Amino acid sequence: MSIWEVIIISLIKILLIVVLMLLTVAYLVYFERKISAWIQNRKGPNRVGWHGLLQPFADVFKLLLKEDIVPEKANKALHTLAPFIALFVAFATYAVIPIGPTIELFGYKINLVVADVNIGVLYVLALTSLGVYGITFAGWSSGSKYSLLGGVRSSAQMISYEVSMGFSIAGVLLLSQSLSPTKIVEAQYGWMWNAILQPIGFITFVVSAFAETNRLPFDLPEAEPELVGGYHTEYSSFKFAGFFLAEYANMIIASMMITTLYLGGYQIPYIDKLGLNQTLTVLLQVGAFLFKTAFMLFFFMWVRWSIPRFRYDQLMNLGWKVMFPLSLLNIVWVAVLIMVFRL
Amino acid sequence: MTTKKRFKDLTFWERLYIPVIIKGLVLTLKTMFKPKVTMEYPEVKFEPPASYRGRPVLVQEKNGVERCVACGLCSRVCPALAIEVQAAETELEKERFPQKFEINMLRCIFCGFCEEVCPEEAIVMSKDYELVFQDRDSAIFGKDKLLVPVENLQDRIDFLRKFKK
Ligand code: SF4
Ligand code: SF4
Repeated sequence: MSIWEVIIISLIKILLIVVLMLLTVAYLVYFERKISAWIQNRKGPNRVGWHGLLQPFADVFKLLLKEDIVPEKANKALHTLAPFIALFVAFATYAVIPIGPTIELFGYKINLVVADVNIGVLYVLALTSLGVYGITFAGWSSGSKYSLLGGVRSSAQMISYEVSMGFSIAGVLLLSQSLSPTKIVEAQYGWMWNAILQPIGFITFVVSAFAETNRLPFDLPEAEPELVGGYHTEYSSFKFAGFFLAEYANMIIASMMITTLYLGGYQIPYIDKLGLNQTLTVLLQVGAFLFKTAFMLFFFMWVRWSIPRFRYDQLMNLGWKVMFPLSLLNIVWVAVLIMVFRL
Repeated sequence: MTTKKRFKDLTFWERLYIPVIIKGLVLTLKTMFKPKVTMEYPEVKFEPPASYRGRPVLVQEKNGVERCVACGLCSRVCPALAIEVQAAETELEKERFPQKFEINMLRCIFCGFCEEVCPEEAIVMSKDYELVFQDRDSAIFGKDKLLVPVENLQDRIDFLRKFKK
């Protein structure tokens, strides 16, 4: 393949992923509203289109038609930059997440992943930690105390939970002895899912993922009763939509990470023993990955509408005094697994 | 009597929180499959009970005349100063009638004091809650809009007879 072919194929893949992701996010918002409605005995949006299926587009157009307000006291450059940082981080993470195996199309061998990086897990971790800059900049540059408090809370929260998140992942890496998502998935053959082998690590990782994505019960950065809108109080129109998008995109990434690291990725236990043909197996496996991710996304929303928000001191207590020791304990547990059971 | 538990009184299991969280999640999951209570408003309308205080209306007798004797009590008691009554004489037995009776629906707070104070049971709260105006002038309801035949208000009148003392 010439360099131009590589560039064009990559551009097509990037375009596809961006479009797909925007659509997924749009419908995540729709399902968020539907699920919240169902949990509250309501019907949810059902006016725009069949069962309200066009609602996300109505929402987006409404947001885009709004006036874009920049506060007088704001630091204009950073105020504009912040949502783009958040968006960039969210989008860039998708580059390493494989949506499927290599396929042949028009005589080209195409990898269904934008960038095949062998340190994928590290890349995702590094990028998601960058996301905190978007939020902190947004809070600081708005020139409003509510935004500032939201931003500061967010950075403190993310930094605290990143620690336990990293330590939980360490357990997974010890078992698979690799940083590549594919290898990690392969290491969880059969029922050797990490969620089953190291339940403590699973719980700490999921809880930290909730905190990292600023979802309830850890959505303190945008706690409406105390902070109005939190770090995006002073944002409107497209920039607000940017933060919104980023939040949901992060949620998808978190779900995919949980699936890959703990729920066996695309693996269906012992599917190769059933003697199905190659194509069907691959299709089923992709389906399994999507199903697990979808379930995690549902779980995110389910929790959001069930559990009240933590108080800030409780959040910090939980992060440092509970989650951090637990994730350390998990590493010890994994070490025992490796030493005693020779996994 | 149940006493509030403090953190130090919690058992180990309760401190773990996880069982309680699971309990909560199960509850919301069950709720998701329960029948919905949403009323899809413009198509399905809420039929209020007799105790509902919708917009105040004047009772119109079967012969087409309003019951009101223009005593002005409702206007006097109205906390929002929404009612204006102009009395005049009539040949009928009741001797007085409101030449002009206006309620400014932008001011009315639906407190029901007018209904309560009326000696003739002439002004009652209806079940009408759909009040939309395009401008301020059309929000002032005159007798043409206020008069409602007594048959349509029987529900509320029965309710008042039963509970108003
Ligand atoms: S309901 Fe209350 S506010 Fe309305 S007209 Fe009667 S007394 Fe006035
Ligand atoms: S209190 Fe009754 S009778 Fe007197 S003016 Fe008002 S509506 Fe008429």
